[in-house]
Amino acid sequence: MTRLLIRGGRVIDPAAGFDALRDVLVEDGKIAAVGRAIEAGDAELLDATGLVVAPGFIDLHVHLREPGIEHAETIESGARAAAAGGFTSVCCMPNTIPVNDSATVTSFIVERARRYAVVNVFPIGAITKESAGEQLADIGAMKEAGAVAISDDGQPVMNSRVMRRAMEYARSFGITVIDHCEDLNLSAGGDIHEGVSSVRLGLRGIPAVSEEVMVARDILLSQLTGARLHVAHISTRNSLAMVRHARDLGLAVSCEATPHHFSLTDADVRTYDSNYKMKPPLRTSCDTEAVVDAIAAGVVDAIATDHAPHTGSIKMQEFECCPFGITGLETALGLALEKLVHSGRITLPHLVKLFTTGPAGVVGLDRGALRPGAPADITIFSVDREWTFDVNQSQSKSKNSPYHQRCFKGGPAVTIVGGRVVWKVS
Amino acid sequence: MASGLLGIEELEREQIQALLDRGRYYQPMQTQPVKKLDTLRGKTIVNLFFEPSTRTRTSFEIAAKRLGADTISISAQGSSLSKGESLVDTLNTLDAMRPDAIVMRHAASGAPHFLARFLPTPIINAGDGTHEHPTQALLDALTILDHRPSLEGLRVAIIGDISHSRVARSNIHLLSKFGVDLVLCGPAPLLPSEFAQLAPGITLTTSIEEAVSGADVIMMLRVQLERQNETTFPKSEYFQFYGLHLEHVRLAKPDVIVMHPGPINRGREIASEVADSPSSAILNQVENGVAVRMAVLEKVVAQVVTQ
Repeated sequence: MTRLLIRGGRVIDPAAGFDALRDVLVEDGKIAAVGRAIEAGDAELLDATGLVVAPGFIDLHVHLREPGIEHAETIESGARAAAAGGFTSVCCMPNTIPVNDSATVTSFIVERARRYAVVNVFPIGAITKESAGEQLADIGAMKEAGAVAISDDGQPVMNSRVMRRAMEYARSFGITVIDHCEDLNLSAGGDIHEGVSSVRLGLRGIPAVSEEVMVARDILLSQLTGARLHVAHISTRNSLAMVRHARDLGLAVSCEATPHHFSLTDADVRTYDSNYKMKPPLRTSCDTEAVVDAIAAGVVDAIATDHAPHTGSIKMQEFECCPFGITGLETALGLALEKLVHSGRITLPHLVKLFTTGPAGVVGLDRGALRPGAPADITIFSVDREWTFDVNQSQSKSKNSPYHQRCFKGGPAVTIVGGRVVWKVS
Repeated sequence: MASGLLGIEELEREQIQALLDRGRYYQPMQTQPVKKLDTLRGKTIVNLFFEPSTRTRTSFEIAAKRLGADTISISAQGSSLSKGESLVDTLNTLDAMRPDAIVMRHAASGAPHFLARFLPTPIINAGDGTHEHPTQALLDALTILDHRPSLEGLRVAIIGDISHSRVARSNIHLLSKFGVDLVLCGPAPLLPSEFAQLAPGITLTTSIEEAVSGADVIMMLRVQLERQNETTFPKSEYFQFYGLHLEHVRLAKPDVIVMHPGPINRGREIASEVADSPSSAILNQVENGVAVRMAVLEKVVAQVVTQ
């Protein structure tokens, strides 16, 4: 029997409404006890004095690029980056090659993850075959193979009738529909947020309304079908207001925000650096404030990274030729601490909730709590250690981050998955 | 100018003034029987044009030759880009041949800015996508100054496809820095409201009559059909509502000057009789292009020499 005693940390477990100095005992990969001055004899000791001990963090939105785009990321490298960011579970989007639109691909990802990933990997299946927006994918079979949600992330279903049928069908299987809300006609050809920056830089704009009309559509379809809807990477003030309204109506609607959408704005895209190019695009400061306000008000359920690795060569092009997306796993906690906790907008337990019970609830994962008997997924982090992010030291195979050389206060310290220490800060 | 010339926006008024003064110095030379100096003798300048261009490319080439530099012009057709080489690799290759400056035109906004982060050789932007065209704004300012003692307080109307125009952006930045009263005019889908926040002193209107009223200068822009991949305005009635006709010129100041960066499309954005009228300064602009580009090349390349 392997035993690990995490001693003297500030244990924050939002599921139990718990926040106090305690020890945590792990036995055979499971949480055995949370208590005061636990005597554990020959257990391995892990001193967590001065650190926060939380349930393992869950990221609802990552791209692991395997199968098909392994030069940018693999399940193995992406999982290591997740561990280095304090995440013990990640949900990976289906836009691989081939698209994860069948039980075969889902099973492949599950199997590769079992063998090579240091964190838990939960696949998200496609809504439609090849994410082409026409025929529904094998949603039931993918769920049986391990898919925790469905999404056509990046290639959203434009046909509202198809989306309606997908929601009806998903509801009957009790599976959440995650939508990347973007009207592809309104955003066509756009590179960055449509506003003063796009006009100044001569780059084509992606208007806020291209996101908002789809958020509105999806909420109405969710109301019609009763489907569980999750709005991915929400980025505008109007989108947030609509989600808030939907929740006031009691609809099963949730949303996630990315760290870049509350830490950067379109004004940061000054040097045509493609590490500032993503979808949705960086919005205005009015929108980033709205994201932080919505997080503080409890409208946002989860912080998700939208970790989107791309190799250097394809990000080293003319801005308009570069693909969208940035890596984010290793900087998420540092950014959230700075913009949300150190700034006094939310409490530390609220932050932990956004990384644990919040995302677990969105896709119905039985994770994110330190309950005895639960898998010992534990994230230990510092709230005050000062460190600098060096993208060249990143665990990800790709280096497309706008946060290179940025200083952080607080970040991951130890990541434990199934009772095993998978990453430790050096 | 740290190195090269990427745009007007980041320049101080004094830097622009210095270039205009030097451009004026080179003006008389354009009509002299012998037009060659040895200011840049032994220097090599590469003209790299990824987009079709006649006047800008020729103008840069003549300017460099009149300063005594050796020039080579490369157009995208037949370059290694069509063999799948990336822009960075193409530029690194050219850079390894040690030119003293690279003059570049590219269809992507920010392409020269992106390259300038990696290349030691100064880059002169000869037009990047829908972003900037700094030497056009300089030659336009010089042309206005041929007809007016100063830019301060002038009323300048810029009319046409504002949204996709790098000429408009560079002119807006330059003229605003000199206290010009700017009116931007075009069909609403080509006139984003954010333009009003680009610089001080800008107003927007969709009425050409309002735009030209009392104007000292009317700058017409080419309708860039090649940048329109969608329906943004009804092309069939563009000339009716946004073409410059003689009656518009009569609404402006009596000594108004009409400008156009070329190539002009008679009957599409400008009436033939306006283009050929005494108010037209279009060929004047072309002439000033060489003088201004001499000033820019001298500044950029001579600066490298002194490093």
